[in-house]
Amino acid sequence: MTNVQKNRLKDQLFKFWGIACTLIGLVLLVIFIGGILIDGLSRIDWAFITDLPSRKAEKSGIWTPLMGSVWILVLTAIISFPISVAAGVYLEEYAKKNRLSALLEINISNLAGVPSIIYGLLGLEVFVRIMNLGASVLAGALTLSLLILPIIIVATREAIKAVPGSIRDASYALGASKWQTIWNQVLPASSGGILTGVILALSRAVGEAAPLIIVGALAYVPFAPQGPLDQFSVLPIQIFNWISRPQQGFIDNAAAAIIILLLITFIMNGIAVYFRNKWQKKLQ
Amino acid sequence: MESRFISEINGKKNYSNTMSDMMSEKTEDAKTEAPIAEKYKLQTKDVNVFYGDFQAIKDISMNIKPKSITAFIGPSGCGKSTFLRLFNRMNDYIEDFKMEGKIKIDDKNIYKDKIQLEQLRKEVGMVFQKPNPFPKSIFENVAYGLKIQGIKDKKLIADRVEKALVQADLWNEVKDNLSKSALTLSGGQQQRLCIARTLAVEPSIILMDEPTSALDPISTAKIEELIHHLKQYYTIIIVTHNMQQAARISDYTAFFYMGELIEFDKTKKIFTNPEKKRTENYITGRFG
Repeated sequence: MTNVQKNRLKDQLFKFWGIACTLIGLVLLVIFIGGILIDGLSRIDWAFITDLPSRKAEKSGIWTPLMGSVWILVLTAIISFPISVAAGVYLEEYAKKNRLSALLEINISNLAGVPSIIYGLLGLEVFVRIMNLGASVLAGALTLSLLILPIIIVATREAIKAVPGSIRDASYALGASKWQTIWNQVLPASSGGILTGVILALSRAVGEAAPLIIVGALAYVPFAPQGPLDQFSVLPIQIFNWISRPQQGFIDNAAAAIIILLLITFIMNGIAVYFRNKWQKKLQ
Repeated sequence: MESRFISEINGKKNYSNTMSDMMSEKTEDAKTEAPIAEKYKLQTKDVNVFYGDFQAIKDISMNIKPKSITAFIGPSGCGKSTFLRLFNRMNDYIEDFKMEGKIKIDDKNIYKDKIQLEQLRKEVGMVFQKPNPFPKSIFENVAYGLKIQGIKDKKLIADRVEKALVQADLWNEVKDNLSKSALTLSGGQQQRLCIARTLAVEPSIILMDEPTSALDPISTAKIEELIHHLKQYYTIIIVTHNMQQAARISDYTAFFYMGELIEFDKTKKIFTNPEKKRTENYITGRFG
């Protein structure tokens, strides 16, 4: 075999190895989703979505945890978006590059890696006990906001960094102040990237169970929350609760709830991808 | 040195002695031009620029007449762009940037009072090397400079936008598509849009940093024609790597080398009978 042939063979081998590796993830996902669809799909109907929880599996619905998740999602978005975007803009545009900002930067990156249950403990102490919010939707949303702040801050900074310096130069050269430049040029040009980060972070928040369990979200809540200080449950906690029951009926309920939760996160990720593609095209 | 620079920015306004300063400068530079203060639009005196330890500009004094075209030429890294960007203080954003000396526009030291930065840039427009339109509509691009000044009058803005686009010789090509994204224009059109954007603010000086280096010959010719036409209203300073361009369009030419101003004279003189050997070597293509 000549050298060229050997190299071609290696090429081919590596290609198949790569395909195999890619397939592992895909196959696992298909098996997982397939199993859930088989268990859960027949259980999903309009009543399943709008029914309140019940002791009987076939009468149980996901209305309260679904509404709990929606409340959490909206409140978390309202709280985390302005804070983290402002922090990202500050770090990228205003902060001087010195020791302090380097320290801040490392801290934020590290915060993004802190296990979510730790945030739950922090939320329990600060929001539930010290601020006396109780096991409320607001306490849960504040806790999850802490969890996703670093993610959105990092995404905001990346998006701002991607705005070409020439746009800033042009704005300054026309007599714009720093704030005018940020508000009129930098933020609109980076909005797609920021939005993508926000949506991805929220779709992570909507799947979190651990920190909310610690904060005190309950598995059984008779009614959907009416205000930010009401008790609540969320889909992942409901799923966890159902799956730990021995009856097959609840297992099917769990599978059905997983389908709904997956649907929500897939849609959110899809929107994020859409914004990202649109944004990248615009910047080029 | 840095502290002196800052104290100059924040310092009290002592314009009272600027006039006498100017007169003394004049007598020193008397060889080149007659000492009449009104004659110059822009004056620099003993300007030094440092980036950290690196000295980018060495002791440059230069006077530029109103409504003239001055070309800055010289090999890459000679400091001509840095020098140009001093006039609208675009170097202020660079870390470790430090400047000494005086730069006066219409007899006012532009490095004296920090709050005048926005005002200064209204007065001194800039066109960059690569066309850099905002990712917005054509109209928004030209109107931006007016909107950030707080002008709300829609009629006035529309008038100024049209006037600027006409002046930049772009109106006929875009008048039906003002709401289209500026990024859909060709490179040459984008650069003329950037010129229109600058004109809309109604500056008196326009700085151009290699405005045609990213364009094809036809677009370049169009922009050169435009620059020539704009001379009757504006003082134009243009950095260029293209010697023929400098010879074609400028009234005065300044040759920079290693941060120094080697020679500054009428363009005709520089290109036919330069005083310095180095200038001659550069323009005849023997180095650079």
